[in-house]
Amino acid sequence: MPSWATRRIHRRHETFIQWALFVCAALSVLTTAAIIFVLLSNAVYAPGSKVAFFERVSLAEFLTSTQWKPRDGEGGQFGIWPLLSGTFLVAFIASAVSIPAGLGAAIYMSEYAHPREREWLKPVLEILAGIPSVVFGFFALKFITPWILKPLLQWLGMDVAVFNSLSAGIVVGIMVTPLIASLSEDVIRSVPRSLREAAFALGSTRFDVSARVVVPAALSGILASFLLAFSRAVGETMAVAIAAGGNPLLTLNPLRGSQTMTGFMVHASTGDSAADSISRMSMYAVGITLFVITLAINLLSGWIMRRFREVYQ
Amino acid sequence: MKDREAACLSGQWFDVEGGADMAERNSGLSVPPSVRGVDRNLDTSSHAAAIDVRNMNFYYGEHQVLFDISLMVPERSVTALIGPSGCGKSTFLRTLNRMNDLVEGTKCTGECLVEGQNIMDPAVDVVLLRKHVGMVFQKSTPFPKSIFDNVAYGPRVAGEKNRSVLADLVESCLRKAALWEEVRDRLHTSAMALSGGQQQRLCIARTLATNPRIILMDEPASALDPASTDRIENLIGELCANYTIVIVTHNMQQASRVSHQTAFFFKGHLVECGPTMQIFTSPSEKQTEDYITGRFG
Repeated sequence: MPSWATRRIHRRHETFIQWALFVCAALSVLTTAAIIFVLLSNAVYAPGSKVAFFERVSLAEFLTSTQWKPRDGEGGQFGIWPLLSGTFLVAFIASAVSIPAGLGAAIYMSEYAHPREREWLKPVLEILAGIPSVVFGFFALKFITPWILKPLLQWLGMDVAVFNSLSAGIVVGIMVTPLIASLSEDVIRSVPRSLREAAFALGSTRFDVSARVVVPAALSGILASFLLAFSRAVGETMAVAIAAGGNPLLTLNPLRGSQTMTGFMVHASTGDSAADSISRMSMYAVGITLFVITLAINLLSGWIMRRFREVYQ
Repeated sequence: MKDREAACLSGQWFDVEGGADMAERNSGLSVPPSVRGVDRNLDTSSHAAAIDVRNMNFYYGEHQVLFDISLMVPERSVTALIGPSGCGKSTFLRTLNRMNDLVEGTKCTGECLVEGQNIMDPAVDVVLLRKHVGMVFQKSTPFPKSIFDNVAYGPRVAGEKNRSVLADLVESCLRKAALWEEVRDRLHTSAMALSGGQQQRLCIARTLATNPRIILMDEPASALDPASTDRIENLIGELCANYTIVIVTHNMQQASRVSHQTAFFFKGHLVECGPTMQIFTSPSEKQTEDYITGRFG
């Protein structure tokens, strides 16, 4: 072999770049690890003089008790169910609002809208996604509940509380609609044009093409966008804390108030109880529960993506 | 023997048996045998016109791509459209079931009579038109569904729900498309797992299931291997007994094998249209002769 090919040049900047890029990748992994460490060290096992949450309250009580009364000393009860019911009630109402609206918007933009129409529709939807969630919270509290829900439900002979899960679910649904619309529109548009032409050539109407060919072909991505939106709804904090109130009730009645996991965490972290008190420490147990739930949803959405993806040549 | 090798190398693979006239062969004006079912001496003058295009002009925006096309397609026969890339033959084909309506900014003038009805009339329902005039594309486009659901798509869209009616229809269409024996045991598996040639025959079966009278084929075999191409060509030979077929092809030998009538397009103009044997042996236009002998294109 000639000497020019064997002499090894040490390229220092290459090594440096490799390290810099590795640090970037490692940063997000380290952050996740640190968060998990903080959650575990406060909830499961605390080093030193601190006593972790699950060292005082058994996991069995946490998972089976139906009362959430985070008090220090006598009378404190730590059953996660009221918070879970509040969280899922709001998330399901949000899905009921955002799935039809988001999917409909996506199909309209991709299959029906004139290109010029799409040019302004998409940015408008993205503006909706940019509104701070506090604003949505007050929108629910000051507009949706008194001006829409109250008259409507009174007409039906029902009453609605000032703080209620329904208005919270509706605004969270409005908030995540752009997420579903945007993600679904991307996957719907990636369905090859040739498939649509083939469907039209078989005598399909525009609706046949959308409902029988395009949406089924993009189904994996659409389902993944639903799950992602659901997971956002589960994690949504401010709008829900404002609109649904802070009363941890084990109820599936959307007309009453409720407290969600995130709502409680805001409440606990801004409260005035001592940092190592059990009421404060319970926040970490709730945090772990939330973490596990959203992780499970995200893994499920990834699995659906892989399992049902269609590969086009 | 030398000659024969040379002929093979130059792509003139066709049969030299029977001592075909050397001069004719050298000029390239020789025609391969047709596929079974296509009788190129068929007299179509007694056939009614399935499609009768009169003075058609077509524009993409300001850009005119078809100039004053007039062409008659006799029913139950095969018409091949040939010509170099970009000559407008595919665009012309797509006007015949108004697929170009899906493209923004296109305009078409003139008349196009399909069985006597002018399909350019705004009152024409394109959904019904496309059931009547089916289309097979260059790239096979199976839907990501089962083989059964692919073939049953058209009838279902048309409102057919009866399971046994659909099952019978799927079987008969797959048989007509010469695919039944290969897929009968896996009708409910994904169509995406079929080979390219099978997918294209599935697309033909799917088109047949809408019960069309006319089938438009846009280079249906250009992405397939020789064996699959052969099967598609034989299929065209079988189908032309009952259907009117218009096929766009880049492959001139294919055009001569499968068609009764050939139309040569060049730069948006219909240069010449006539019986396939005549176009390939004694074209009346110089441009046609130059094209089919491979002098350009």
